[in-house]
Amino acid sequence: MWRYLAPLGIFIVLVIFLSIGLKLDPREVPSPLIGKPAPSFTLPSLTQADQTVSPEDFRGKVWLLNVWASWCVSCRAEHPVVNELARTGEVIIVGLDYKDGLKEGIEWLRQRGDPYIASAYDEDGRAGIDWGVYGVPETFVIDKRGVVRYKHTGPLTMKDVTDTLLPLVQELKKEPA
Amino acid sequence: MRNWWLISLWFFSALAMAGVEVHEFKTPEQEQQYNRMIDELRCLVCQNQNLADSNAELAQDLRQEVYDMIQQGASDQEIIDFMVARYGDFVLYRPPLKSTTLLLWIGPFVILGVGVLALLLYIRKRRGIKEPELKEAELEKARRLLNNDRNPS
Repeated sequence: MWRYLAPLGIFIVLVIFLSIGLKLDPREVPSPLIGKPAPSFTLPSLTQADQTVSPEDFRGKVWLLNVWASWCVSCRAEHPVVNELARTGEVIIVGLDYKDGLKEGIEWLRQRGDPYIASAYDEDGRAGIDWGVYGVPETFVIDKRGVVRYKHTGPLTMKDVTDTLLPLVQELKKEPA
Repeated sequence: MRNWWLISLWFFSALAMAGVEVHEFKTPEQEQQYNRMIDELRCLVCQNQNLADSNAELAQDLRQEVYDMIQQGASDQEIIDFMVARYGDFVLYRPPLKSTTLLLWIGPFVILGVGVLALLLYIRKRRGIKEPELKEAELEKARRLLNNDRNPS
């Protein structure tokens, strides 16, 4: 009896582990920033010359930081979703153009629409390093007290927006500033 | 292939681009520290490469960051803390022993233990099996069969 049950048992355990492994995404690295104050930066604005953008500008509001670049292929797929999210008016979105050309970045927003309340231009990627960016696009949710509450790695889908981001934003809006 | 030389050029250009950063260090200790650090830290884009091996843009930026920190006299621990604060324990090739990494550290020993246990059980079971006792006539028959097999006629 054991002779037949033992291999079957081992097989079942193996299948369980492998199927868990299939569902895990190795690119989803948990961010150590969750629950910590948003890293500061002061960067030139991409869209408005001689203005700067800083996370401190949005203190007291729930906001999203969306990291993108014109060279990033999956940002192309994500951009309509960000546009749609901005259109709901539920939350303000700040763009961080990561290691991009100035012209290319401006052109990108002109062609595909600009969902951002402000766009920071991170030419050398230093702000990106401070935010632990390792693959654009990435999206952070920051609460009224300037604390990072959530990070989404990879392109946002409408499902992410309706199932995760918007409910979280609604929750955070209820918190005191 | 007609364009083989174009393709080979493409490969060579990639090689030429790799490792173009030349850093100068004030002391040999700093150079050692730099090499040690980029060997210890993982590139998050390629994940199975360290910073020293990776050609990804982020790896280049992080190498530069490590270099700058060393120039400012940062210790190993300060550099590691800087990276962990931004990218988490995952950036380390040797993650610290924590509740979340416990399975990672003791898992191999648990599996080894299970293997040794299975082996011991198997050996004990084998020991319990007795050799079958044969009568003289059966032995004779077996010998004959074996001999027949050896000299097929």
